[in-house]
Amino acid sequence: MVDKTVLARQFIEAIPHAKALGLNLTSIGEGEAEITMPYNAQLIGDPRTGVIHGGAVSTMLDTCCGAAVMSHPSAPGGTATIDLRIDYMRAATPGQSIRTRATCYHITRNVAFVRATATDDDQETPVATASGAFTVEGG
Amino acid sequence: MARSRPEPMQVVKQRRDAALKALVEGVPYIRFLDITFDRRGDELTGVLNFDEKLIGNPFLPAIHGGVTAAFLEVTAVITLSWETMFPRIESGEIEAQDILTDESIRFPKTIDFTVDYLRSGLPRDAYARAFVNRSGRRYASVRVEAWQDNHAKLFAQGTGHFLMPQPPKPKG
Repeated sequence: MVDKTVLARQFIEAIPHAKALGLNLTSIGEGEAEITMPYNAQLIGDPRTGVIHGGAVSTMLDTCCGAAVMSHPSAPGGTATIDLRIDYMRAATPGQSIRTRATCYHITRNVAFVRATATDDDQETPVATASGAFTVEGG
Repeated sequence: MARSRPEPMQVVKQRRDAALKALVEGVPYIRFLDITFDRRGDELTGVLNFDEKLIGNPFLPAIHGGVTAAFLEVTAVITLSWETMFPRIESGEIEAQDILTDESIRFPKTIDFTVDYLRSGLPRDAYARAFVNRSGRRYASVRVEAWQDNHAKLFAQGTGHFLMPQPPKPKG
């Protein structure tokens, strides 16, 4: 399983858009993944408050879910998003980095089911949560 | 009473385009993704101008699913804001330069957003159009469609719910 973890990390870190956002894969393995993103003024969605745009959080959640699927022991290789729902609970605090954690809680030969949460420094109340279905490729 | 003479076309266009520009270009993240809007009357089409940094799968290659989600959401919020503000822009009550500075002008907030990924996003420009299903006093429901070369073949669609800006509570 170590090889796949290394492979998944290399895959995530090779994504041009993940680089553009400054995403860091901080933990991966056994169907779980964690990604952090430093605060970046280019990603502001509300210039009056400096709050990061929900779209950047969506991208983190999507990437993190994909990484979780790829790291699952039963996943043979790649994955693609079939559908993803994001619930926005509150604005991320300006100046703080955002952390997402995803769990692939069920996987079949064709479909992986994933849940994810995004938080900032306040780990108690989520910024956003996501749930989605992903393809299972390369079987 | 005689109907007042319509404004010259250039005045109308200039006012609408200035308001739209302020709405879109004031947001750093929209500039980061290089999303622009085409306007015909009050109808908007979002354009995701392709760039290598939008790639999510370098092997296919394909646009990142998160970028697609963000593009749909931006198109939904801008269209909803535009439709809500349009009468006030037309009447001259809202001036372009006030859109991002006037504290009384607020924007809808996303409650939830769901994206269906129908095909992979090809490495070229993408377009999106949003339809406001319902816009009430507190909540709005918006549907968005996105396509690339062929409008009939959507590569993604989404639905979102939004909390509408609330008028300030009367003091006292």
